[in-house]
Amino acid sequence: MAYGPHTPEDRSAMLEAIGVASVDELFADIPAALRASALKLPPPESEAELAGRLHHLAGRNRVDLVSFLGAGAYRHYVPAVVDQLLLRGEFYTAYTPYQPEISQGTLQTIYEYQSMMGELTGMDVVSASHYDGATATAEGALMTCRATRRERVLVSRGVHPHYRQTLCTYFAGADFVADEIPLLAEGPASGTTDLAALERMLADPERPVAGVVVANPSFLGLLEPMAKVADLAHAAGALFVAVVEPVSLAVLASPATYGADIACGEGQPLGIPLAYGGPYLGILACREPLVRQIPGRLVGMTTDVDGKRAFVMTLRAREQDIRREKASSNICTNQALCALAASIYLGAIGPHGLRDVAALGAARAVELERALAEAGAPRVHRGPYLNEFAVRVPDAPEVHRRLLARGVLAGLALAAVEPDDPSLADALLVCATEVTTPDEIEVFAWTLRDEIERGRQLSLPSLGEGAR
Amino acid sequence: MTAAGDRLGPTLFERSRPGRGGGKVPHPPKDALARIPADQLRVDGPHLPEVAEPELTRHYVNLSQLNYAVDTGFYPLGSCTMKWNPKVNEWAARLSGFASLHPFAPDELAQGTLQLLWELEQALAEIGGMRAVTLQPAAGAQGELTGILMVRAYHRSRGDLDRTEVLVPDSAHGTNPATASMAGFKTVSIPSAPDGGVDVAAFRAALGPRTAAVMITNPSTLGLFESRIGELLDAVHAVGALAYMDGANLNAIMGRFKPGEAGFDVMHINVHKTFSTPHGGGGPGAGPVGVGDRLLPFLPSPRVLREPDGRFRLERPGERPSSIGRVRAFAGNAGVLVRAYAYIRAHGAAGLREVSDDAVLAANYIKSQVAGVLDVPFSRHCMHEFVASGATLKAETGISTLDLAKRLIDHGYHPPTIYFPLTVKEALLIEPTETESLETLDAFVAALRAIVEEAHTDPEMLHSAPHSSPVRRLDETTAARQPNLRWRGMTGEQTPCPD
Amino acid sequence: MAQDLRYTKEHEWVRVEGDLATVGITDYAAQQLGDIVFVELPEIGRRLTQFGTVGVIESVKAVSDLFAPISGEVVESNSELAGSPELVNGDPFGKGWMLRVRIADRSQLDALLDQAAYEELTREA
Repeated sequence: MAYGPHTPEDRSAMLEAIGVASVDELFADIPAALRASALKLPPPESEAELAGRLHHLAGRNRVDLVSFLGAGAYRHYVPAVVDQLLLRGEFYTAYTPYQPEISQGTLQTIYEYQSMMGELTGMDVVSASHYDGATATAEGALMTCRATRRERVLVSRGVHPHYRQTLCTYFAGADFVADEIPLLAEGPASGTTDLAALERMLADPERPVAGVVVANPSFLGLLEPMAKVADLAHAAGALFVAVVEPVSLAVLASPATYGADIACGEGQPLGIPLAYGGPYLGILACREPLVRQIPGRLVGMTTDVDGKRAFVMTLRAREQDIRREKASSNICTNQALCALAASIYLGAIGPHGLRDVAALGAARAVELERALAEAGAPRVHRGPYLNEFAVRVPDAPEVHRRLLARGVLAGLALAAVEPDDPSLADALLVCATEVTTPDEIEVFAWTLRDEIERGRQLSLPSLGEGAR
Repeated sequence: MTAAGDRLGPTLFERSRPGRGGGKVPHPPKDALARIPADQLRVDGPHLPEVAEPELTRHYVNLSQLNYAVDTGFYPLGSCTMKWNPKVNEWAARLSGFASLHPFAPDELAQGTLQLLWELEQALAEIGGMRAVTLQPAAGAQGELTGILMVRAYHRSRGDLDRTEVLVPDSAHGTNPATASMAGFKTVSIPSAPDGGVDVAAFRAALGPRTAAVMITNPSTLGLFESRIGELLDAVHAVGALAYMDGANLNAIMGRFKPGEAGFDVMHINVHKTFSTPHGGGGPGAGPVGVGDRLLPFLPSPRVLREPDGRFRLERPGERPSSIGRVRAFAGNAGVLVRAYAYIRAHGAAGLREVSDDAVLAANYIKSQVAGVLDVPFSRHCMHEFVASGATLKAETGISTLDLAKRLIDHGYHPPTIYFPLTVKEALLIEPTETESLETLDAFVAALRAIVEEAHTDPEMLHSAPHSSPVRRLDETTAARQPNLRWRGMTGEQTPCPD
Repeated sequence: MAQDLRYTKEHEWVRVEGDLATVGITDYAAQQLGDIVFVELPEIGRRLTQFGTVGVIESVKAVSDLFAPISGEVVESNSELAGSPELVNGDPFGKGWMLRVRIADRSQLDALLDQAAYEELTREA
């Protein structure tokens, strides 16, 4: 067997001690009629063969393209020390710290993670993490319903579409309602949350609102009027859930300062690989009065019988193994190793380094904006952004495909994720980070200009609609 | 337990000094943020620790050495399946082709990962006897929620809106009733029979037109195979309800029992249990869900599809309207699933069957040795785990299962699962898995024997155990009454710095 | 245990003074739960239904619902418990009291256990 130590002698010894002739006797409780058909799987492989297969599969992925793709998952430089520490078996092969006396390594690192995220978000309480930004947002929204005993949540269309979809899935089970707050279609603040519409939605006396969910930066990269949203929400007796991006919090105002009651977001940018979408790190944080509503693990500091400092999972009575059907969530995990990665990343980068990462991304993004505008792809919106924005490109999905063939991953064609929004049909969502180079920007801009020009020439003979 | 010392050190915040660290990324231009409106900018902080690389590294290395782990010793943890975490899987997950792939990468850039995910789905479907599998759920509990949400969608699609109840045995893991609640159902608890199985009469009596589903763990949380499972499943389907299998104990039955073939409509799998992905100190894992024909249309989207020409793609938005939608932002914990895939390919069918055979063999072996030391309430052959009880020990010596567990730490073992399932007094749930040697199993039993003896001769040692761990029994009451959940300020805290 | 109390099967006690009922949990319940860490009580003015769930009592390792022994309106709740939940363990019949309720229907008291019946209940457990 691949990893098991038992020899035929070991097995014989165990059978004898048990008092049966063969292991088949131990499965006698399985009724004959329900015994499984033969298991059909590809034949086993030695480690060398397996390694070859995995190498081949990994090689079928193309990760060498010049990439400007963000949209909820971001490329950042991860200091080498992060992965080397994550490879310590005492961290990654440890179990959940239910026996705190022999789990102080895990427990202290989770406490430090909670503390670091507390500093970044400014919130009093940070859970030991949720599955990802989308599920953290869904659970944050559910928290508002429990805390206010209301059943309706308003979610800005500026929140990541996949987060909104996840929230809807979670809400279906809870029989709560999530309504979308539209974005402004015109004007200098186009693309941001429509505050007038929000105010109208909050004013419906028949349908009181439990929570308002807005992202900053938004999915489209725009900075939102978070303090105003907080005021509107609170005036209507609703809670305010801010969806945030952790690297941006090094330079942008924190959710605590603009009045958020709950903060959630995706921790992947903090030293966690892109890995096709997971495992990621759900950030979920709240103000102190909501601590009993927050799902997920919490680690607290305490002392042992000798008076020594120690760490322990606490406020456990909220969790599923104790509350069972009354638990606020069934979550049984925290993404501990991902939280550890984020902590080590923050420790290695440091607060000044994190500001540098955010500011470098912002600087590159401005260069990107200029280069793309010159290439014929101006920004769709006018409001301020940090390091991600949408540009207008004629026939964007087709141009995106052609750029791909030429080795450029030109961000995300928004038509694919927002098919119901005609204003985004010809838009690409692009981002720059500290790893984006001026050369890469030049290649993108040059190739894009070429493809836009080609598209223009191709569409000349059939001028029925013309290029948009 | 550690090479460098066995005490806690300060938090990273306490090691911080202004000006330390840095040098990992270049500096931005001075005016990089000038265009951001002032009211959007952060004014103060963040006050994160400033440490240089040597201190940072020592901090985490020393902390790691305070941990027990599969890499350091045996975890006889029932219901957790703490089997060996193969090293080649760590290497595989870190291959740049897998690790650097963006979740929004167009399908043509992701053929390697898409193929791996598709093949893994096929393998898990085969193992579970299911028609199809989703790899989207991020954890077993999320898999449960996904499964029960699909059940909900199924009934609603048939206009069957009065099915408001989910039946759950009283021995079930707490996630089962919590999941039912999250999905909008009322949990009806079914008592266990004296033989440890579900009370069939009570089960039948509780089934009715309001039953949406039953959630059954098989083998049960007592480590016993539900031999009347065929009867139970027939009864469930006869009232129009669906059967959910909690696959936490799949390690016992690979190659011997396929839940889908037996009649289960949906099941979740814990890859961090059966398929060796590491626990990471509490995550990440993954909770794939297998379904039969009835629930196929409701699987979360997007599914991974294979085209006739052999290429792979993700379902497009809106391509399958019956889906319950997304349960998380992207396609799944691909980084974890690479490890599960590698594990399955290393073993093949015969290998996985052998895994289950050895897991069951080892559990029955340990049970035969423990039988003389502690109560074993169910004497018939167990599956991959069994329940022992310290009830008699407590009556005779005042030593509780908790004391016994804490003293095991002094012998160099992580304790078994204790006080679960709730149906057995002073329970210890012991699961050796198939990757522990005979010497380890024997040494563990010897330690138990020594502790039980000590309970009679020197109970105070046990009441105050553990003695040799980095910290001793903790004040959990104060931790809950006055929660200190984050480090405040750089200037020190109430509990003095250890160094 | 004081003699002028009545009890529920869920281990709440009730002391009647005029038209007010003071409610708490018994020392038996407190012992079963272990160190109490948090008590969630209904707000002033809330109308309770006899035997309905009105609050939650959390200990380190367990949680228990608080049931209303009698229907009525909440006129007072013990604000000391927020900062000192240990009062429930230390003095469950005195300083660990939880609620004061204006009784809606005195006849409901007949449905509760008297001293002897409650002692019988805890002996059986």
